Amino acid sequence: MSSADIYREIILDYYRNPRNYGKIENPDISKRDSNPLCGDELEMHINIKENKVSDVKFTGKGCAISQASASMLTELIMGKDFDYVKQLTKEDILENLGLPDLGPARIKCALLSLKVLKYGIYSYLSEKLNDTATADKIKEEASGLF
Amino acid sequence: MQASTLNIENIRSDFPILQRKVHTSKPLVYFDNAATSQKPIQVIDAIRNYYLNYNSNIHRAVHQLAEESTAAFELTRDKVAKFINAKNREEVVFVRGTTEAINLIAYSWGRQNVHQDDIVVTTEYEHHSNIVPWQLLTKEKGAKLRYIGIDDHGELILDQLDEYLDTGRVKLVTFSHMSNVLGTISPIEEIIRRCHKKGVKVLVDAAQSVPHMKADVQKLDCDFFVFSAHKMLGPTGVGVLLARKEILDSMPPFHGGGDMIREVHKYETTWNDLPFKFEAGTPNIADVIGFSAAIDYLNAIGMDKVREHEVELTKYALDKISAVKGIILYGTPDMSKRGGVISFNLGDIHPHDLATIIDEDGVAIRSGHHCAQVLMERLEVAATSRASFYIYNTKEEVDVFIRSLNRARELFRI
Repeated sequence: MSSADIYREIILDYYRNPRNYGKIENPDISKRDSNPLCGDELEMHINIKENKVSDVKFTGKGCAISQASASMLTELIMGKDFDYVKQLTKEDILENLGLPDLGPARIKCALLSLKVLKYGIYSYLSEKLNDTATADKIKEEASGLF
Repeated sequence: MQASTLNIENIRSDFPILQRKVHTSKPLVYFDNAATSQKPIQVIDAIRNYYLNYNSNIHRAVHQLAEESTAAFELTRDKVAKFINAKNREEVVFVRGTTEAINLIAYSWGRQNVHQDDIVVTTEYEHHSNIVPWQLLTKEKGAKLRYIGIDDHGELILDQLDEYLDTGRVKLVTFSHMSNVLGTISPIEEIIRRCHKKGVKVLVDAAQSVPHMKADVQKLDCDFFVFSAHKMLGPTGVGVLLARKEILDSMPPFHGGGDMIREVHKYETTWNDLPFKFEAGTPNIADVIGFSAAIDYLNAIGMDKVREHEVELTKYALDKISAVKGIILYGTPDMSKRGGVISFNLGDIHPHDLATIIDEDGVAIRSGHHCAQVLMERLEVAATSRASFYIYNTKEEVDVFIRSLNRARELFRI
């Protein structure tokens, strides 16, 4: 993809005016991760009520792709069934960003948000719901992202 | 509009990689020389010739191939000694790179000489390779690691060095001759003078300086001096540890194995002479021989000419980049204290986004923390972009770079 395709108005807008930026006090899910190659950081907080995402916020620093991806992901999962959120894939994230053909050098930037989300769900399932079977499956998906 | 001091066209024709195109049709503008330099055909040929004609292990076998490979390997040691004006060839130890050299010193000299409550002093603009080994050592020994800070021009605050030295607990001061991020050239002679007055040893990380300016270790009078071949036209996997003979003699070995021994018995071993005591196992013979050709290449140009070319090119680039709207530059504007490195940010464009955009125009720069996260914290930035130059770079390439920066600026509507 050319950079004119990547850095469209909408990506820059989410980079400069991120939606759902911030923290939740005592969230059900709290996860932080970084990309050691570039130092991008991301922390995600999620509350689950009646098997739905009742609130989600993120903080972080990094490139336009990583921050826009995180912000758009929070919008994608807000209010959604937890079962839907659990099965989100790499392709869903790239499509949501409008960057289906992102090259190998930058795809990690786009997928850091999904990685944090999946590891967060893993901790939640294994520690709070004792559903180790699903948790392990999601952990495997997370570690397979990059 | 060539830089006048070197015959750039001739030089460029020696570097096959500079002829290639990237992203289908864009000529490569390689501005990531602080990470690694490109290699001239002479270096590539030297390695090829070794493998084609006299590949053989060194130092022990008596056949003709071994004689030839040993001679070529040891000739490189002589060339290195001469290149940096070392007193003895025995003081030149081949290692894998600067990182290994620093780790060797920390492991061998450090463990023997740094004890509880002692202080190791480094600086805020060090590469991780000159921080982490000292964290490991000082934690193991209950010693302390202290940092000389930098001022707003990116220059070291030497008063802080004096404060540390006055404690009487400093065992080693270790610092970069040239910062890999800011390009700042440290006041090396002044630091060494102050340390030696107090009997404190000095380690100079010369990875960024030796490729770009003349070095004279006898004149500098430093105790340890380390650098890598791959940043100075040579192959990866070869570095140099230079230390005073009496210090190397006093140090225990780093790795045990073949070549570093005199006699091995069941429970006792005696060490080989310098420098072999620190060169256990089969070394990187082919690449050391390639390094030889790299030194020849730089000698043929002359290190003063290399420096002159880079000063002229960096001045030109600083002048042009300063005019780019939204640019933030790091490091001193004084070229007598600066190498051919420009670290910058452009508006709120994250360096990774910037590097992606200008890569499309064929311009290869580095973006990120440059293995200097302590410095990034000091500068209060997450990352910077970095352009770094070498002998084959031209003003025309700088112009391509500047045009590309402006395209990035427009894409981000700055």
